[in-house]
Amino acid sequence: MSDLLTFHFDVDGDDFTSAGQASVQIKKSLRQLGIAPETIRRVSIAMYEGEINMVIHAGGGEADVSVTEDEVIITLTDHGPGIPNIEQAMQEGFSTAPDTIRSLGFGAGMGLPNMKRYTDYMNIESEVGKGTTITMKVNI
Amino acid sequence: MKISMIKELLEAEVMCGEENLGNHVYSACGSDMMSDVLAFVKDQAVLLTGLVNSQVIRTAEMMDMVCIVLVRSKLPTPEMIELAEESGIVLLSSKKRMYDACGILYTHGLVGNKVKS
Repeated sequence: MSDLLTFHFDVDGDDFTSAGQASVQIKKSLRQLGIAPETIRRVSIAMYEGEINMVIHAGGGEADVSVTEDEVIITLTDHGPGIPNIEQAMQEGFSTAPDTIRSLGFGAGMGLPNMKRYTDYMNIESEVGKGTTITMKVNI
Repeated sequence: MKISMIKELLEAEVMCGEENLGNHVYSACGSDMMSDVLAFVKDQAVLLTGLVNSQVIRTAEMMDMVCIVLVRSKLPTPEMIELAEESGIVLLSSKKRMYDACGILYTHGLVGNKVKS
């Protein structure tokens, strides 16, 4: 199926304050497309958690979003340290985030589980030392 | 409950969003962990938190929340006010502690949400 719309964002890894800007932008764009609020919320939360993860763990990365007739596809790519044990990382409460991040309200080990919870499909490809690519799909 | 009622009950100051004080809200949650807030997605309209950074506003925005109460006399940063204004979120600051603030709102009928597994 051909993509109706595609978006590309560079996620700045140096600035925790600005993390989430891409998700805010996607939320606005999906609203303009007239997509159901509940669907928009699921997409934007999953992407927001992913963005935060890239800033915390990988020094930033790239976010690509495609909107087709029946799904929103989010691809998050980073060149960070990779995830050694994906099964462990998917457990609620498991976190490798430093205390500085916890004091900012994140790093509770809920990011990846939340991303899975809100999407209809999620795949993680990760290689230690090379980086991580996460693909998520939400049905419209 | 009207947001103006929350302001009165918590003796809160309005930091921004005065024009939206007449809006009604039906549920709330209290947390300093934003990922916990993001974990339960069912129409929570009010966030009570002691955390002060711009991700508090973004979290509320992602969740379609319309009011944030900063407890324990916390004050928002200029950036938080700017972000909240952009999204039409009412930002309040109260001297109450988290436990008291939640309790007051709860006993006046503003409940939480049932957690779905």
